[in-house]
Amino acid sequence: MSDSHTPLLTVPLDALHRELGAKMVPFAGYSMPVQYPAGVLGEHLHTRASAGLFDVSHMGQVEIRGKDCARWLETLVPGDIIGLGLGKTRYTVFTNDQGGILDDLMVSKLADDHLFLVINAACKHEDFAHMQAAIGTQVEMRMITDRALVALQGPKAAEALGTLCPDALAMTFMTIRELDIAGIGCLATRSGYTGEDGWEISVPTDRAEELVRKLLALPGIMPAGLGARDSLRLEAGLCLYGSDIDTATTPVEAGLSWILGKRRRAEGGFPGDAIIQKQLAEGPSRLRVGIQPLGRAPARAHTEITDEAGNRLGEICSGGFGPSADRPVAMGYVPKDFAAQGTKLKLMVRGKALDAEVASLPFVPHRYFKG
Amino acid sequence: MSEMRFTKDHEWIKVEGDQGTVGISDYAQHALGDVVFVEVPEPGRTIAKGDEAAVVESVKAASEVYSPVSGTVTKGNQAIVDQPGLVNESAEDGAWFFKLTLSDPAELADLMDRAAYDAYLATLE
Repeated sequence: MSDSHTPLLTVPLDALHRELGAKMVPFAGYSMPVQYPAGVLGEHLHTRASAGLFDVSHMGQVEIRGKDCARWLETLVPGDIIGLGLGKTRYTVFTNDQGGILDDLMVSKLADDHLFLVINAACKHEDFAHMQAAIGTQVEMRMITDRALVALQGPKAAEALGTLCPDALAMTFMTIRELDIAGIGCLATRSGYTGEDGWEISVPTDRAEELVRKLLALPGIMPAGLGARDSLRLEAGLCLYGSDIDTATTPVEAGLSWILGKRRRAEGGFPGDAIIQKQLAEGPSRLRVGIQPLGRAPARAHTEITDEAGNRLGEICSGGFGPSADRPVAMGYVPKDFAAQGTKLKLMVRGKALDAEVASLPFVPHRYFKG
Repeated sequence: MSEMRFTKDHEWIKVEGDQGTVGISDYAQHALGDVVFVEVPEPGRTIAKGDEAAVVESVKAASEVYSPVSGTVTKGNQAIVDQPGLVNESAEDGAWFFKLTLSDPAELADLMDRAAYDAYLATLE
């Protein structure tokens, strides 16, 4: 909840953003850089060609400690956390009793009794309260408020970070480890949300600006804002909580069935398990799909999707112009009979029915470093 | 060519006789960011003052271009449809959106001149 009288929170890098000429906007209660002087298009293209550095310190960082903490977290998420290897990171979601998604998150296993979570800014207090209420007596949990979080993303990220921290290069996609980056102790995952290789780096607040200045001084790295982060993740076919997934969508409908491990599918044991297992067995009634507008006009969120005869099928959940795709790109929910790649659709944009078709995701191939 | 006049929605119009040329201001293109899509009206379309006449979209958002005056469209600028980035390069010059024949030139009196528009922009910061 926010109201106009609540002052915006600032991130530890606020002064640096302003020094770099960022345009700051309110986002999830924080004043955040939406773009720098290069602009959304320039920052997006630079990230795909070289590397972008994003401040995502508004996101929640949580640590959970205690015997069986993986087993307890599994009571809230459908992912396989017990089976997650040491030093590995996994994408999952919190579900509700209807199988809807309360938030999506990254879970990393630092030790069998120590998990590290990154949760969405807009959901972090609800997520924490939800975990506290459900498993707070079984495990010890802490919202980490003394660390910033930055994402270094792009094909030149490895070469650049490697000059400050050769150990980072030994990591593969979706792993976590403590790194000494130019003398600054950080906790990093080789992950991100752009479809590119890169790292998300958790750094103590009092060293954050020093770290970011060192990273920005490396060749090929440009600061990039939330605007580029959004267009990058959309091209990569990744879900934005609140737009593409929410409490009214299940992981199966969202095309995230892959996050359910084999054991979890069979055993259940998470909120909404019966509904999700039924959808897995029978197929969901609707699905999130990639949608390619065939003309040049972008179709934004909430654009109505119809069949060729004009019957309503659903809505675009995320849509815009894909700078690397160099054309409009979108995702939306359609009935399962209309979810096959190549299915012809119409998008109602400003009263006109524009041609589109179901496209495979991602729009731009992922380039993760899998070793 | 007459002087440029502006709306509070950041459109401009230049008028010669009863022929007007409409675009968006430099302030508007800067606020939008990189323009990636433009839609201009078809010749022959009759529009009233304040009607949505054209569309301009950046990576992040879509905006309408409202007609500063009433009239009949005579031409849309195909160049900015083909190269939307021109809007960022020359918003108040080559990257006009459409031309129209004014039906009520008296409406021009409601618009701001450059000095008044600059003063208005100063209130927005």
